[in-house]
This record gives sequence, structure tokens and C-alpha cells, in this order.
Amino acid sequence: MKLRHLVERLDLGVLCGEDKLESEVNGGYVGDLLSDVMANSSKGNIWITRQSHQNIIAVASLREHAAIILALGKKPDDDTIEKATREGIPVLATDRPGFEIAGQVYALLSNDRSFRAGTES
Amino acid sequence: MNRAYEKTFSVEGDNFDNAGTASIEIKKILKDLRIDEDVLRKTAIAVYESELNIISYARSGNITLYVDDDTINIDVEDEGPGIEDIDLAMQPGYSTATEHIRQMGFGAGMGLYNIKSCSDLFEISSTPNVGTHLKIIIKRNGR
Ligand SMILES: Nc1ncnc2c1ncn2[C@@H]1O[C@H](COP(=O)(O)OP(=O)(O)OP(=O)(O)O)[C@@H](O)[C@H]1O
Ligand SMILES: [Mg+2]
Repeated sequence: MKLRHLVERLDLGVLCGEDKLESEVNGGYVGDLLSDVMANSSKGNIWITRQSHQNIIAVASLREHAAIILALGKKPDDDTIEKATREGIPVLATDRPGFEIAGQVYALLSNDRSFRAGTES
Repeated sequence: MNRAYEKTFSVEGDNFDNAGTASIEIKKILKDLRIDEDVLRKTAIAVYESELNIISYARSGNITLYVDDDTINIDVEDEGPGIEDIDLAMQPGYSTATEHIRQMGFGAGMGLYNIKSCSDLFEISSTPNVGTHLKIIIKRNGR
């Protein structure tokens, strides 16, 4: 599923990465512990977190995530957006809690051919 | 590839603003060398967790990447407090990360365990008050 479709359906704010919205999302991962996300998320995932420090960008870049969603109204630090722009990682925002967003992402993706449930490690 | 590739990256302790820089650069190099997806993933995890442990616990360190036709070799050497009890440090969930480090999302106690899981060979040695040395080898598939 195209990232743009998720952004529109979930009414997400696009903080950066407007030019990457045509990329494909194949699944998602929820986590606030970076070593957990490093190990257990997959390439092409959308990552839902409430971490807003710039360290999330290196993780998303190394694991080639399609985008990061900052849940629960978390505001990113300025250097988070700067780094995300440099690494080409879209950062999206919502006031709603991660649980709700994950549920909606799952529902939308589960009708999609590219969706891969679970994790590959 | 006909020639082996080698490069060393220096990592500064406590510099969280640049955390991941060495790992991202190493991943780009490996991508250019057309290393396959799964090996790339394992190497990225191993290097990232190594880099973050230098930043989190040591004064400074070096990560040396060496790639030949069959393997990715990563040597991580730091100057720092070292690890008193290596078996304990290797256990998933064990962490001495400070509150400051935990607030950024580190300190799950999973780093060393994940490095080991991603490695075909993993050796760790440490001298308290001197530093820690990791030797990591990841095989290149289908070669
Ligand atoms: N290079 C190092 N120098 C000194 N101590 C270290 C070093 N690397 C790891 N340790 C010790 O081993 C513990 C476990 O490390 P590990 O990387 O597995 O988890 P963590 O860094 O605490 O959390 P995570 O990696 O999940 O964010 C650390 O909390 C620390 O006490
Ligand atoms: Mg660690």
C-alpha cells in the first residue's frame, strides 16, 4: 500500500518526506525501545513510536522503514526533522495513541497484497 | 569482488547527536558492494548496537570493517570501563544504562544479545578499566 494512502486515511501530519509518499508500506512495527525495533522490525515497515529524539532516524534508515509515525502528539526535536530530511525518512504525526493508529494501519494493510504479517528475522 | 575492503571509523563516547553515523556509512558501503539483503540486515544490527555501546558506556572507540569475498568482519575496540561480568552483560534484559540513556530509547539490555544472534562468529573480551573488544564475523550467503 502506498504511504500516501495511509497518510490520507489516518489523517496524519507530514512533518517531512512529502516527496516519499509514493513509497510502499508492507507492514508495521510498534516500539519505543530502539534495540527491539532494530532487531524485530522489517524493511518497508511503518514504525509507530513515541520516541522523538533524533536517534530514531538512524534506526529507521538502517532498517529502511517506509516512515515513522509519532503517536500521542509527540513533537520531534528540530534535529530529528533535519536528520530525517537528510536520510530521506518521512516523519508523520498524530495526536491519537499508538494503539489506535496501529489498529487502523493493520486494518488497512490487511486488505493489501504486499502485506506481510508478523516479522521476518 | 577481487579486492578486500577495509575501513576504520572512530566513535566518540557520549556523543548521542551523531549516534548511528558510522553504522549508516558502513551500510552504504556494503550496499555499494552489492552485499545481499539478509547479510546487510545482520551487519546493520551488529554494527549499530556496537556503535551505541561505545557511545553509551565508553570514552571512545574504533569500528573496523573488513570485507572479503566470503565474510564481513567487524572489529570493535573501545577505551572505557570494560565489562566486569561478561556472562551477565550478554543476558537479554541486563542493562546498566542511566536514566538519560533510557529516555532516548536505549537500555533494553538487548544490544549484545542481538549482535550475537546476527553473527556467525562472535567473540567478546573485556578488561575492567581498560576497555572492551568485540570480534564479529558474518558470512556472505551463497558464496
Ligand atoms: N562497550 C562497553 N563498555 C562497557 N560496558 C558495556 C559495553 N557494552 C555493554 N556494556 C554493558 O553491558 C550491558 C548490556 O549491554 P547491551 O548492549 O546488551 O544492552 P544495553 O546497552 O544496556 O541496552 P540496549 O543495547 O538494548 O539499548 C550494558 O548495560 C553495560 O552495562
Ligand atoms: Mg547496548
